[in-house]
Amino acid sequence: MTARAQAAVAELLAAKEMVVVCGSGGTGKTTIAAALGARAAAVVGGRVLVLTVDPARRLATALGIGAFGNTEVQVPAEAFTAAGVQPRGEMWVAMLDTKAGWDDLVRRHAPDAALRDKVLANPLYRNITGRFVHSHDYIAMERLQELHASGRYDLVIIDTPPSRNALNLLDAPGRMRDFFGSRLLRWLTVPYRSRLFTLASKPFYQVADRVLGSRFLQDIAEFFILFQAMEPGFVARAKDVERLLTDQRTTFVVVSTLEAAPAHEAHFLADELRARRMPLGALVLNRVLPASIRQAAAAKAAQQLRDASADATLTRHLGRLTASTSDEVRDVLAEVAERFPETVVVAAREAERRRELAAVAPIVVDVPTMRDDINDLAGLLALGSNLL
Amino acid sequence: MPGLLDRSLLFVTGKGGVGKTTVAAAVAELAVQHGKRTLVCEMDAKGALGTAFDVGALQFAPTEVHSGLFAMTMNTEDSLREYLRLFVRIPFVGRIGPLARTFDFVADAAPGVKEILALGKLCYEVRERHYDLVVVDAEASGHIVAQIGAPQAIRELVQVGLVRDQTDWMIDILGDPQRTGLLVVTTPEEMPVTETTELLARVRAETNVDVAGVIANRVLPALFSEREAEVFQALSDAAPQEALRAATSRQVATVLGAAELAEARWRLGSQHLSRLRAALPEEMPMLIVPELFTKASGRRVVVQVAEALAAELD
Repeated sequence: MTARAQAAVAELLAAKEMVVVCGSGGTGKTTIAAALGARAAAVVGGRVLVLTVDPARRLATALGIGAFGNTEVQVPAEAFTAAGVQPRGEMWVAMLDTKAGWDDLVRRHAPDAALRDKVLANPLYRNITGRFVHSHDYIAMERLQELHASGRYDLVIIDTPPSRNALNLLDAPGRMRDFFGSRLLRWLTVPYRSRLFTLASKPFYQVADRVLGSRFLQDIAEFFILFQAMEPGFVARAKDVERLLTDQRTTFVVVSTLEAAPAHEAHFLADELRARRMPLGALVLNRVLPASIRQAAAAKAAQQLRDASADATLTRHLGRLTASTSDEVRDVLAEVAERFPETVVVAAREAERRRELAAVAPIVVDVPTMRDDINDLAGLLALGSNLL
Repeated sequence: MPGLLDRSLLFVTGKGGVGKTTVAAAVAELAVQHGKRTLVCEMDAKGALGTAFDVGALQFAPTEVHSGLFAMTMNTEDSLREYLRLFVRIPFVGRIGPLARTFDFVADAAPGVKEILALGKLCYEVRERHYDLVVVDAEASGHIVAQIGAPQAIRELVQVGLVRDQTDWMIDILGDPQRTGLLVVTTPEEMPVTETTELLARVRAETNVDVAGVIANRVLPALFSEREAEVFQALSDAAPQEALRAATSRQVATVLGAAELAEARWRLGSQHLSRLRAALPEEMPMLIVPELFTKASGRRVVVQVAEALAAELD
């Protein structure tokens, strides 16, 4: 079953051009996205790009993505050979830099240099781009579209930003489009444009002015007016991004652990993807305990081990083999046997959640709990060999 | 440093997935056990806090979960409504619906406005002494600085107006270590520990909020002593393995494998915990909450975590 799921993941990555990796925070999403990319480059081939959000620093350094903006770098083929793998394709990595992403967008869509500089210099711009309508999510989708459209890559895998709600991401382009097309925006900016409004005539202004202070409100309005000049470009772009998400060439991979909260989130996410007609290609269950732990025979073996720890002949014999005392061996074996049920409880809890989750995606792959942190390409490839 | 539960406002943050909500709920439980009338507030309306207490969906109006423990969820529209009623004395509260939506939209774009409304509500509860302690299941570590630093950000951005005037008393409450503290939850893993140390530096540099402590959640208990670990290691050689298999059964490999994994994970976790401890100022408490090997969920887990915290605070 494992082999079949892994073959199916390989097929999925070979067939699709974009993979959106999502799931709740703390599930190892970033590492899974990178591992998918590394294995795709190694096994499937082609030019594979992993667009990542916030990798562990040691891993980022190992992959050659230190401090840089929105540029892509290639993981050298020698890094693969050093890890004992002859890659069939190329692996590229890039980090998502929201601020640089916004600046790029402004540069692209500003009708002229004067307006571009005005926006970039606007005191609210820096603040707003950090928080503005879930701008991380939007920039992530925007970059995915741009990189895909560039035609430089056969496969783009994007690790999604930590979202309170994964749906923010899927809705980001639509929200951006709505925002620029909204009557609210017009309503907010028109009075300033025509200079006709009076405080008393608009309850909103009356309240907002008292609460926020008129200067601040004016700053906001001016910023929106500047931004509105870029509206056509932004709206067209947001529509492209939205189309891309439901495109045949795109697939979604949901990453979850088998703990309660992430599993709950994965369920929810799968439902919402379906409702949006966004294809959920595979579910990756990360940090899973081996199924053998739950077998009755294993519980029996733990019991036998406890009995064996009390067998002085055996512990003496084992002591001789391991240069330790009979008592030391007894204590170690007893401890191992004693603590085994704890693992069984966790494994049973996991199995139950796995059953509940397995139906949500056509492909479900398990990634076992790793003994070490993943700090280099070799680690990624090892982890990735569970995926495809 | 003032005792954790002697403060009146505690923000609980941490990287996503570390158990922030459970810990916030447990801190509140513990405070109630100490006889404190406690409000716990979820900031992101995801519903996790209600689930933690087994009470279903929470509202902006606090629900009394049990005697002395109140729980609520933050909501921009409701906090705006309350804000206008309390501070602006706007009479047309009934008509606020469309206004709030507009405001919501401005607040979305205007830096700090949403945060300050939410924070204003929490600080108001503290100022009016409606509760002995307000525990906030706050934003995750990526956003917490923006959240607790909002009053200062607003002061810098907004020159005049009511919101600016309101920031003064909020900054007083937030910056007073006797009253306000930040708790950072982490797990003994690479990324959460790294994010914790980075967050502590940012909180110190960019806010005036005191860090009350760090809580290491889901810490695996040690399986072996140093010497036992060596013996266990030696037992994995071929000859002792064969002898063990002969004395038990083939599946003993699974049992030994589980122990080996637990041992490796414990070792890795303790390395990350030592790294964390070394990065913390000496006087800063680091409380350990062990991994719970339980099938339980909801309030039973919260109570167990509260017990673990109580043991650490003794």
